[in-house]
Amino acid sequence: MNVELKNIHKHFGKTYANKGINLSIPSGTIQGILGENGAGKSTLMKILSGFIQADPGGEIILNGKPVVIHSPADAIHVGVGMLHQDPLDFPPMRVLDNFLLGRSGGLFPNRGAVAQDFKRLAEQFDFSLDPDNYVDALTVGERQQLEIIRLLWLGARVLILDEPTTGISASQKTKLFATLKKLADQGMTIIFVSHKLEDVESLCHQVAVLRAGELVGTTKPPYNTSRLVEMMFGKIVTLGERQPAKSGEPVLSLRDISLEDVRLKIRNVNLDLRAGEVIGLAGLEGSGQGMFIRACAGLVRPVGGRILLKGRDLTGRSYHTFKREGVNFLPASRLEEGLVPGLSLTDHFVLAEEPNGVFIDRAAGQRLAEERIKAFNIRGTPFSTVESLSGGNQQRAELALLQSPLSLILLEHPTRGLDIESVIYIWSKLKDRCHQDSAAILFISSDLEEILQYSDRVLVFFSGKVSAPIDAATTSVDQLGQLIGGKGWQEKGGSHA
Amino acid sequence: MNQENLLVGLAGVLAAAAPILFAVLGETLSERAGVINLSMNGTILLTAMSGFAVAYTTDSLLLGFLAGMLIGAVVALIVAFASITLKQSQVAVGFVLALTCRDLAYFLGNPFMGVSGPRLQAAPIPVLSDIPVLGPVFFRQEVITYVSYLAIFLAWLWIYRTRPGLMLQGIGEKPAAAYIRGANVNLMRYVYTVIGGALIGLAGPAYSLGVRAGWMGTISGLDGIGWIALSITIFGGWNPARAAFGAYLFALLQWLGLVLQPVLTQVPSQVLQVAPFPLMILTLLLVNIGNAEWVERTLAAMPESTRKFFAKLLRAMRASPPAALGVPFERD
Repeated sequence: MNVELKNIHKHFGKTYANKGINLSIPSGTIQGILGENGAGKSTLMKILSGFIQADPGGEIILNGKPVVIHSPADAIHVGVGMLHQDPLDFPPMRVLDNFLLGRSGGLFPNRGAVAQDFKRLAEQFDFSLDPDNYVDALTVGERQQLEIIRLLWLGARVLILDEPTTGISASQKTKLFATLKKLADQGMTIIFVSHKLEDVESLCHQVAVLRAGELVGTTKPPYNTSRLVEMMFGKIVTLGERQPAKSGEPVLSLRDISLEDVRLKIRNVNLDLRAGEVIGLAGLEGSGQGMFIRACAGLVRPVGGRILLKGRDLTGRSYHTFKREGVNFLPASRLEEGLVPGLSLTDHFVLAEEPNGVFIDRAAGQRLAEERIKAFNIRGTPFSTVESLSGGNQQRAELALLQSPLSLILLEHPTRGLDIESVIYIWSKLKDRCHQDSAAILFISSDLEEILQYSDRVLVFFSGKVSAPIDAATTSVDQLGQLIGGKGWQEKGGSHA
Repeated sequence: MNQENLLVGLAGVLAAAAPILFAVLGETLSERAGVINLSMNGTILLTAMSGFAVAYTTDSLLLGFLAGMLIGAVVALIVAFASITLKQSQVAVGFVLALTCRDLAYFLGNPFMGVSGPRLQAAPIPVLSDIPVLGPVFFRQEVITYVSYLAIFLAWLWIYRTRPGLMLQGIGEKPAAAYIRGANVNLMRYVYTVIGGALIGLAGPAYSLGVRAGWMGTISGLDGIGWIALSITIFGGWNPARAAFGAYLFALLQWLGLVLQPVLTQVPSQVLQVAPFPLMILTLLLVNIGNAEWVERTLAAMPESTRKFFAKLLRAMRASPPAALGVPFERD
């Protein structure tokens, strides 16, 4: 289906999220939409998928006919389906119920017929989805697959994907890309929204770059990466050099640590994390790395072994003891576990300070907040509530909240969903803290490039198995990808460091 | 106790459970859509009083029941308006309504205190009522009890087997996802809250025109039943079939408290009267025990086969509330 966007404007209050955007996407094209966080990509896609309406004056034209889209239901009716970054599905319900929900028909849906359609579509794209499984047992990648076939079943001819490669494994990404190419060959129009340059470059037939609500330009392959980055940010950004590992005193020592929950068992892990060192934890989501990092934070009690922090035995002590000893944990869900929605930045800084009497010194808190906002380059005011900040700024706020002195920083997906500039900024701040306090960092990421770029050593997790630490400087993304998928464990296997 | 008395007693349990059932089913529908109707306790008292008053004045049982449903629906409409349109706290609004309706019932009910009026008569179903054992227990009831059987089945069928019922699950679980699938979330929330309210409003007349006919004001023995129904909704995991089980269990425990009194003379009668309440709490605990971390750890330490069995059992027992319960929905 040919998609044409003409003169799309959208303003929220005084700021323009989209400003006079014109874009034409012919049928069978995979169109990349690039831009940093807040560039207006999401707004544009929400307009096309009916979640919000554009300001009057613009036009959406599908196959030459102007259409009016008031709601997502309207959008799918004219053939536009959207895959949201957080899949909009129903986790406690079965796959098949998720699939058929929203399709019109008689009072009692014919589950047998629906199951046949489901099977046929799943087979067509080589997705192995069990219709009787519950969605909360699926990975993000599988939930995407479910959404894709659901939208196709509803008659989508234009598929919008918002940051689809966030949170899925390398092999799922390969499969997703293959699926998208196949769909494009069948004449579907694919709109691929991302801030990941390598994904866009390897997949898209043409790329449009947005910056500050405006369309900066469009390009076709071969792509020039530095040119794309310049278009995104309006300036040249570089990754910086890898810094060699320093070997200081051990900060965190694990001795024969064993962990368990209902699904997984981790057995006898030994590790010495030294001051100034960064270790990345790689693995598919749910392979045990989450439990492992929580054990290091004192949130999960090991069933065996000892945890030593700078030589002090902290095994079985509470999270608060760990925190007092300088262990800080930044979980993946910023608004659920890390920050308190509803409270302003000032409130957060006041809360994080050592209590000084019962009453709050508002003025001092505000001064502190202003200082930190400046130091950490947070786009917001002392009075901004945390949920009103963008993801990147929330992460900066969390960094600004790290206590001092620190001995160990534990991070879960520290840069998920952030654009390159924010990623670089956050890592430079983290490394600074690391050197300043001679602290160590342990972080989980599903982005293998990030792991190899920023860690000194890597631990790979595969269904509860933990690899020996691997030197990040001599490992490639491919090798790491193999290990994560469970291949090559004979050579690298074992769980001793 | 001879067999006949036992059967009559069990039949009494089914009848006594009917008002609780209506309340629980109504609340289940409402909460499935994401709206907590906390006014239930007051609504039941008010509809019990007004249902009886209307039936007494008009000499029509049907009008009595309809009046109850109408009042239940109106109270639910207030909850819906305050929470969906005005986006106020459902808990605060519901709680105030619970207190207001209760006091209204006592105040307005004064002229009808202790008056004897119309009541439902047992209506045995031909043929079915002659089946041994099952007949006397299930099929020699008042009409409203049969309606309560039917209501369980219909509510279950609706939620789990129909297309709109699936959407109802979705609306309470993740309204945004239901919205992109074409649901008018806020309208549906209104509809289900009001229908749920009408069902809750059936509970009052089911009591005052059936289980224990008449209006006795503060000694009606009805105050508190709404809170019990609220906990049974949770116990039932928002599933009508499980909720029905909870309602029957509670009625059974209450009946046992009565019949055991002459047998267990050394136990003070107050203990037996109160016992159903802590027992319900205990059951609730059991149902949700799978959520506790120590249980997970104990499970993990078990041998594989035992672990699988218990994990399955806990998963089947565990009920999680609709994720968007009490959360207003706004497009984006």
